[in-house]
Parts: sequence; C-alpha cells; structure tokens
Amino acid sequence: MPTTERYAEMVKNTSGHSPSWKNIPLAFLIGGAICTIGEGLLHLYQFTGLTADWAGAMVSVTLIATSGLLTGLGVYDKIAKLGGAGTLVPITGFANAVVSPALEFKSEGLVLGTSAKMFLIAGPVIVYGLAASAVYGVILCLLGQAGM
Amino acid sequence: MVQLLGRSTYHFLQPPVILASAAAGGKMERDGPLGKWFDYIDEDARFGEESWEKAENRMQQLALKTALQKAGLRKTDLNLLFAGDLLNQCTGSSYGLRGFMVPYLGIYGACSTMAEGLLMAAVYTGAGLAKAAGAVTSSHFCTAERQYRFPLEYGCQRPPTAQWTATSAGAVIIGENDGNSAGKVTIVHACAGIIQDGSVRDANNMGAAMAPAAACLLRRYFRESGTGPRDYDRIFTGDLGAVGSELLCQLLERDHIQISDRHEDCGLLLYDRKKQDVHAGGSGCGCSAGVLNGHILPEMRAGRLHDVLFAATGALLSPTMVQQGETIPGIAHLVHLRMEQGGNNGCSSNC
Repeated sequence: MPTTERYAEMVKNTSGHSPSWKNIPLAFLIGGAICTIGEGLLHLYQFTGLTADWAGAMVSVTLIATSGLLTGLGVYDKIAKLGGAGTLVPITGFANAVVSPALEFKSEGLVLGTSAKMFLIAGPVIVYGLAASAVYGVILCLLGQAGM
Repeated sequence: MVQLLGRSTYHFLQPPVILASAAAGGKMERDGPLGKWFDYIDEDARFGEESWEKAENRMQQLALKTALQKAGLRKTDLNLLFAGDLLNQCTGSSYGLRGFMVPYLGIYGACSTMAEGLLMAAVYTGAGLAKAAGAVTSSHFCTAERQYRFPLEYGCQRPPTAQWTATSAGAVIIGENDGNSAGKVTIVHACAGIIQDGSVRDANNMGAAMAPAAACLLRRYFRESGTGPRDYDRIFTGDLGAVGSELLCQLLERDHIQISDRHEDCGLLLYDRKKQDVHAGGSGCGCSAGVLNGHILPEMRAGRLHDVLFAATGALLSPTMVQQGETIPGIAHLVHLRMEQGGNNGCSSNC
C-alpha cells in the first residue's frame, strides 16, 4: 500500500474533474434565466399597479411556489442537474431544498417525517441567515446611536 | 472439510455447490446490458409497496422466493440465511426475510455483502453445519440516497466519480457437495478481507475508498492460495466503478501483479455508461449481486468461464463519521467459483 500522500495523488490523477467548461456556462444561462424571469415578473406586477415593495414580495412568492411545484412534479432536480449553481443560488434553490425533504420523508408521517425533516438541508441557511441578520441589526443600531 | 490456508483463505475440500440464484431489479437495471437476466423487474421500483424501504424488503423476498423455487427447495429446507443490505439495522434483510422463518445471521459488509454471504454460506455448508444455506442482499437507489446523501428531488449535480446505487436484490442458495457436482458451479476457495483505509474522505468517490481493500485482498489471496491471476479466466471486483478499477490495477502493478487483461468490475457491467447516467458506474450491494446472477453465473453455466474470482467490495461509510472528519474504510471479500467439469448442463438461466 502506498503512503497516504502517494495514494491521495493517485486518486487525484485518476478521478476525473467535473466538466467546468459545460457546467459554468450552463449555470450562468439557467441561473440568469431564472433571474430574468424574476425581473420580468417584477415589471409585470408593477404594471398591474403593485408598489415596488409589494411587487418584489410577489416575485419571491411566485418563484418559491413555482419551484415547489416543479420539485413536486419531479422536474426541478432535472433542471438542477444541468443548471448546478445556477438553480441552487436563486430563491428557487432554497425552495427546492425545503420541499424535497418534506416530500421525501412523508413516509415517516407529517410530524416526525415531513415537518421534522423539512429543514434538513435549508436549516443551516436559516440559522446562520438569522444569526447574521441579528448581528448586522445590532451593528446598524449602534451606528445609528452614534449618529453615523 | 475446510482447510485454512494462510491467515483467512479457506479451501473447501468438498466444494459447496451453488444450487440456484435469482435477482430482482428496477427499470434502470432492466435497461442495462444485463436486464434480461433479472428474474423480476418492477418498473417504478416500488414493488407494490408504499415506501422505498418496504419496496427493498419486498425485493429481497422476491429474490429469495425465486431462488428457492429454482432450487426446488422449500424454505424449511434451508438451515441458514446470511443476509445484509445498506440500510440502518439492515432492515431490508431483517424485515424482508422475517416471514421465511429460517435461522438467520445478519451480516453487514456494505457493497461486499454478496461475497461475504457466499463466504459464510460456503463455510457452513463446507464444514457440514448446513445442508443448504442462502446468501441474500439488496440495495435500493431511493433508500440509499436518502440515508446517505440527499432527498431524491433535491436539485444538485453529481461529480464524475459518483456511482449509481443499484436497485437490485440477489439471492443464492448454496448446498453441500454430495459428490455429484459435475456441470455445476462450486465454491472452491473463499477469502475474508481486511479493512483498509486509503484516507479517502469524499463520499462521492467510493471507488477510491474501496480499491485499497480489493488490492490487499487479491494480493493476500494469491499468496495464501498459491495461485496467480493466470489461474483464473476472470477476476470480477465490484463495485469499484471506473475510478476504483483503475486504482486497483495501479495498486497491484506496484506489486508486479497484472490483472488488467482479465479484470472486470461489476460496477461497469450492470449499466451502459454511455447511455445511462451512472457516472463512474454502479454500486450498492445489489450491484455485485445482480452481476453475479446476471452475468457471472450464466457465463459459467454456458461454459465460457471456468475459474472465476468474485471479489465484492464495500465502502464502510458512515455519514456520521464522515461529518466528524473521519475517512472512509473499505472492505472486500472473495470467493473462487469453479464450473465443475462435466460439460455444459444445458441450463443457462435457472439452475
């Protein structure tokens, strides 16, 4: 058996790399398409008379609902296989991360399955997102007190 | 009746006989090159059950029931069952086989379980402790994914080194040698492997985690049995996949052991990697079980292979330990299968 370092080198040389030449442009195109759809929806909602704030919230709601629906129909993971980070980073990826375990674990019941496992993947994002927003909130408050 | 060679190689003086084998699988397995050899295929891989775990239980039941039918045995004729799978507490086996009411010894060797079961069944029948024993194993893509990785509908990309967990169950019935083994496949040697750890941490590169165990096993088996690669028509490992297979050959070449001209890997045989999206190949307990039933045994019965090593490999992966920064240990066990002279018995599918 070779040394750990030598074997790690053998593994590195033998294991193929992800096809970045394909993945990166596809992530750009599919992620960009999702964001373009979001931008289009924003204009559409504003056109119907909603304020910018309300229209922005409605865009998020629409994208989340659509992602949840596509996850349930078994389509989102197929798009994500092509889109990679392009489907992971937008809010649709977050919705997929919540809906997919909720669906997967429904066989263990609504309480210990669906609801308990719903935040299996997205939980850390929520925890650290909330923690970061609390920290920034305190900083903002302090800066405000200091008159800055 | 069983002779110990070296540290853990067993030579069966009256080699136990493979009486029958059977496999059940899903759509992906049906669409692969060995699809026609599966005894039972379920299109949606649910096997009529409401959860994936129950589907895996059902798959093991179907495999064992079919193998018993082929062997012309009743479940009461079995002295022992050796079975295991990838699920926590090996539920595919313990829940799946509880209705058979056969003395049961649960085993866990991850994807090497088929070889481990064959080894155990051969030792028991070879030592006169069982007249007939069964070795059963299974894996299910959907149960394995949610236990080891992500929910099925979660959108992510798999790296090229990732392997596809086979939805497949295999059952093999081993009988004692009554002196009339001509035209039958027997188990001549078996070798229990040693856990090897190549310090691989990537749960998406199981082939790399398992290759050192396979290399260690083959190296030691050749030494202890006094044989070499040229004594075998084929050396099947599994499920090392594309990456692990290449690493295995490189590791053995360092010790001047050349197997590449007769080596095949179950992970590269179960699926068509050009047409099916399985990346580095197949994996799971059911992968080597499916290839054994769907390729190795039929080829031997057809007289195209005479002496074969079946060395199934397993990554002893624990998601908890990997999350704690641990590496992934590997294991491999093998059996030496021989088609006993006496000609092709004319039965290529169900003996």
